Amino acid sequence: MNKTNILPGFKPALGFTLLYLALVVLIPLSTLLFKTLAPDSLLTWQGYLDIIGNERVQAAFRVSFLAALLAAAIALVLGFVIAWTLVRYSLPAKRFFDAIIDLPFALPTAVAGIVLASLYAPNGLIGKPLTELGFKVAFTPAGIVVALIFIGLPFVVRTIEPVLQELDTSMEEAASSMGASRWQIFQRIIFPNVFPAALTGFAMAFARGVGEYGSVIFIAGNMPYVSEIVPLLIITKLEQYDYAGATALALTMLLVSFALLLTINVVQMLLRRRTSETLAPLAPVVAITP
Amino acid sequence: MSIILNHISKRFGNFTALNDINLEIPEGELVALLGPSGCGKTTLLRIIAGLERADSGQVLLKGEDKTHKDIRERGIGFVFQHYALFRHMTVFENIAFGLRVKPRKLRPNEAEIHKKVHALLELVQLDWLHNRYPDQLSGGQRQRIALARALAVEPEVLLLDEPFGALDASVRKDLRLWLRHLHENLNVTSIFVTHDQEEAMEVANRVVVFNHGNLEQQGTPSEIYDNPANEFVSRFIGDTNVISLGHHNTEWLKLSGLVITPDASNSVHIRPHDLDIIKSNTDSAATATLKDWQHLGALIRIELAKKGVNGSPEIIYAQMPNEQFKRLQLSKGDRVDLHIRHAHWFDAA
Repeated sequence: MNKTNILPGFKPALGFTLLYLALVVLIPLSTLLFKTLAPDSLLTWQGYLDIIGNERVQAAFRVSFLAALLAAAIALVLGFVIAWTLVRYSLPAKRFFDAIIDLPFALPTAVAGIVLASLYAPNGLIGKPLTELGFKVAFTPAGIVVALIFIGLPFVVRTIEPVLQELDTSMEEAASSMGASRWQIFQRIIFPNVFPAALTGFAMAFARGVGEYGSVIFIAGNMPYVSEIVPLLIITKLEQYDYAGATALALTMLLVSFALLLTINVVQMLLRRRTSETLAPLAPVVAITP
Repeated sequence: MSIILNHISKRFGNFTALNDINLEIPEGELVALLGPSGCGKTTLLRIIAGLERADSGQVLLKGEDKTHKDIRERGIGFVFQHYALFRHMTVFENIAFGLRVKPRKLRPNEAEIHKKVHALLELVQLDWLHNRYPDQLSGGQRQRIALARALAVEPEVLLLDEPFGALDASVRKDLRLWLRHLHENLNVTSIFVTHDQEEAMEVANRVVVFNHGNLEQQGTPSEIYDNPANEFVSRFIGDTNVISLGHHNTEWLKLSGLVITPDASNSVHIRPHDLDIIKSNTDSAATATLKDWQHLGALIRIELAKKGVNGSPEIIYAQMPNEQFKRLQLSKGDRVDLHIRHAHWFDAA
């Protein structure tokens, strides 16, 4: 650290940051790791493999990660359109719409889950016409995706919105003066500039989705092998005092999420090096929030 | 390509940005649209480009009515004030952009693109920067890259919006002359917008002056400077002394050698260099007092105080070459006689 740095407070700021990170993030997460790896652990390597190898557990992992990925991808597309609309067009009640975006942040997730479940249930407002058309949403994996889109959408909108605001519209005008079509402008100008932020939004929506519990359990139906998510399994194991099993699932989830988010971060770093400019914050690392 | 604008008008809400503009720009000219900020010049440029639609009127390019055509179908190159370079692409890719987005049938192959881009980079003398990103360039370099990029699609008209506005003074000076010479070589019809009258006079071979959405005057730089069409142009282009025509001043002007024929005008405009100074000992009504002077390089600007309407002093400026001023051997507070060589006045509106 440069001693002549004109910005004061480096040491207290660093100290505070480390303390905060340690208390809130590192200690809880590493406890999970050390508890599992400790010699007196209830969990042996073989035991761990048995738990993870269980077919029901593997199905739950598939459901959790696939639903979260799919929901994040859909939220990305929807969120981009919403952010685009809010930034580029002047709408009558724009501020109102803008405020509404954040509601899923504030709403207790259980409330969201119950509302979504009753809406999409076979006799619900949306569920009924869908059922008539032959789609079953509530109490299937599709229901999980719906709940996760709801939860993930504000993350995507809030990360893409500021980048679109900053995006210089004269770049698009310049492109069209050189003969580029609207699609070419999107593909070659807008998309590459928004991509890093979109990736962050995607990662946040995904991370939140993987750990989501409250809103999912009401709409998922929680059928083993079909629509059971890992956080639910963890709770179930805890309720049965199967601490070793719960820890094994939690640890695996932590590792897989970490690996996925690390990949996204590396992609962003490579992108950033190309333009040597900060376009978006790095993707977050997940914590499970039952 | 010639450009004809017929009765172009544009309003933004209650604000009249352009009021019935008629303008004809012959092929191959380098034209400046000049005016104070908010006078509508940029709006007019954007209407020519097709980035903005006029409320009424026509835009004819090469005799063809392009009023309702998209910017893509107008064959124009546009250079933006803040360059609008694609920040996620290298300099090379920025310039190649216009070639790469062509429909497949017209698209040149990779070798041709390579050749063309490097030729353009040579033209703007920045070939060594081809694999840099825009963020790594200086302002002047960015502006030249933006120009090369606009030229890549071989536009028939080049439109530049305040091309030197964001550059520092010394870079601006160099680029002005460079642009003028580039235009001589390429001979593509070019229009640039500026609020800097010096820049317009130096670079363009035709200047169009705007104020409050109206076209005030057009002509060669010397026409506009020597024969301003109205008060606004006279004040806006170059320095001028504005003498209001009260009884007192008419007398003073007569003694200084200027007889106003029509007295419909309210004021007389005298360029500082049209004012001769003669050392004087008498205390006539035409005398003034030498207050101060400033060196402007080859010229000296002289501050003179003459008696104003109710005896309060009125400051007027004169200008003359250094040598001439030295020969007069004047010092502060000296009394001098003035002689007006040339002046203009306008019919009262």
